[in-house]
Amino acid sequence: MDDALKDLGEYVAAAMPQDVIGMEVAFGELMITVRPASIVRVLSFLRDDSTCLFKVLIDLSGADYPERESRFEVIYSLLSISQNQRVRVKTNVAENVPVPTAIKVFSSAGWYERETWDMYGIYFTDHPDLRRLLTDYGFEGHPMRKDFPLTGRVEVRYDETQKRVVYDPVKLTQDFRDFDFLSPWEGMGEILPGDEKSSMDEEEGAEGP
Amino acid sequence: MSEVAIKNMTLNFGPQHPAAHGVLRLVLEMDGEVVERADPHIGLLHRGTEKLIEYKTYLQAVPYFDRLDYVSPMCQEHTYALAVEKLLGIDVPERGQYIRVLFSEITRILNHIMNLTTYALDVGAMTPLLWGFEERERMMEFYERVSGARLHAAYFRPGGVHQDLPAGLVEDIYSFCESYPKFIDDMESLLTENRIFKQRTVDIGIFSPEEAMDWGMSGPTLRASGVAWDLRKSQPYDVYDRMDFDVPVGKTGDCYARYLVRVEEMRQSLRIIKQCLDEIPEGPVMTQNHKLTPPRRGVMKHSMEALIHHFKLYTEGYHVPAGETYTAVEAPKGEFGVYLVADGSNRPYRCKIRAPGFAFMQAVEALTKGHMLADVPAVIGSLDIVFGEVDR
Repeated sequence: MDDALKDLGEYVAAAMPQDVIGMEVAFGELMITVRPASIVRVLSFLRDDSTCLFKVLIDLSGADYPERESRFEVIYSLLSISQNQRVRVKTNVAENVPVPTAIKVFSSAGWYERETWDMYGIYFTDHPDLRRLLTDYGFEGHPMRKDFPLTGRVEVRYDETQKRVVYDPVKLTQDFRDFDFLSPWEGMGEILPGDEKSSMDEEEGAEGP
Repeated sequence: MSEVAIKNMTLNFGPQHPAAHGVLRLVLEMDGEVVERADPHIGLLHRGTEKLIEYKTYLQAVPYFDRLDYVSPMCQEHTYALAVEKLLGIDVPERGQYIRVLFSEITRILNHIMNLTTYALDVGAMTPLLWGFEERERMMEFYERVSGARLHAAYFRPGGVHQDLPAGLVEDIYSFCESYPKFIDDMESLLTENRIFKQRTVDIGIFSPEEAMDWGMSGPTLRASGVAWDLRKSQPYDVYDRMDFDVPVGKTGDCYARYLVRVEEMRQSLRIIKQCLDEIPEGPVMTQNHKLTPPRRGVMKHSMEALIHHFKLYTEGYHVPAGETYTAVEAPKGEFGVYLVADGSNRPYRCKIRAPGFAFMQAVEALTKGHMLADVPAVIGSLDIVFGEVDR
């Protein structure tokens, strides 16, 4: 199984050496990393080549890694029904860098790209209808980004005097509790909390009379 | 006589329309009675499940999956459990696998009853719904007996299933399997050859195999278009590879074919359930690695180690080694997938949920264009859309 996937990955990489950056097989799944600009060419190849025939775009999603230089990942999951294979195509983009739309290759990409735009703010060029999909009309921000708070920024309520629903900034009666579960035995560094005081005492003692 | 330009009419279908199967706002552009453009506005049930899961431990994320497609909860837990197990590299004991397959198929019947009977209601037949919900209630009781909840079961967990089957359940499910085909026959006698039902469904919303694949269809909707594809056969998980069952495939790709495929799937599910009940072995139902699964309550009363395991599991949870996977199962509606990224901590870094209904909803415009207004509910009903999973 893994060998077949590896052969397939090497075949794709050999066919498009300037587009494919990397290839990896893990957990019995093949993942190919490509350059953002060549995503349409790679997807078309995977769909039409007679050894691939990945005719279904099962999923398209984003992922956010704020510490990386190219912050976002766009992940395309393809399925080949005739070959009974799956492949994941990945591309890394920085913030404000657009990705070409895959809608000409797979019709189903339309909404997936709208969702990714909505959730991460990854822009897809030449998309015919890149509106927000899941969030509210007039929503601001991209909620799946790691720097977007879980509680959101606004909340709605019905205002009796204005007779309509109004937006207010989120007010929490209790702060959102984000526990750090990393246990002290695993998560702690060399210096335990409180240890810094002991050295401070010594310094103070040295200065004292 | 001078020609008068007639403007198309824009019609709002929903968000509170009984035939929309939830909160769907469908903006239709009508040329008289004919649909010119359909623009579904979804997201009215968006709860940010994927974001919430990033802030929960792996075990705490399980109940969110019940609340996606709330008429087939266990199949979605199944996907998530399989994905986490794959990243952890653990195996599930055989009995646990059999119970999962058994309840996946019960879930399939639950889902198909819901879909077929409400679909019949959408196109004008009321009786199947009343009959079907009686049978559905019997199966919900199986859910309740095994997990304590009728709907949101949280029963399939990474490592197996939470509890063993209670005494007598196997016999009761068996007697249910004996009596259930009678309901399918009764329902079919009302619908399958019914003139009105056929007028509403035959040749409505046709997808060719190529179109169905292009639009990302899966499950019964893809099979109704003539593509023989079932993940239970082609990429079997748990003990599906030991089960003997047939995959019904439609010929016409219209609403009627989708109906016929689902009816036959219910019969095949019964076959799988019976095989599970016959073959189910004795043994544990969950991995016995107590770093990952909780110890028995009785053991906790006298074993300090078990108590510590229990405490650690329900506060910190377990750490999943870094890696990523896309795992999918054949849920009743279609391919339900989870793209899970672990970063080595006790929480998922990213959990993308691939819901079959999302792709179906997207295809509504392609399916309804050129049809009459009354065909819109027929198409939506035949696609088996539940907004919990579309909006997430």
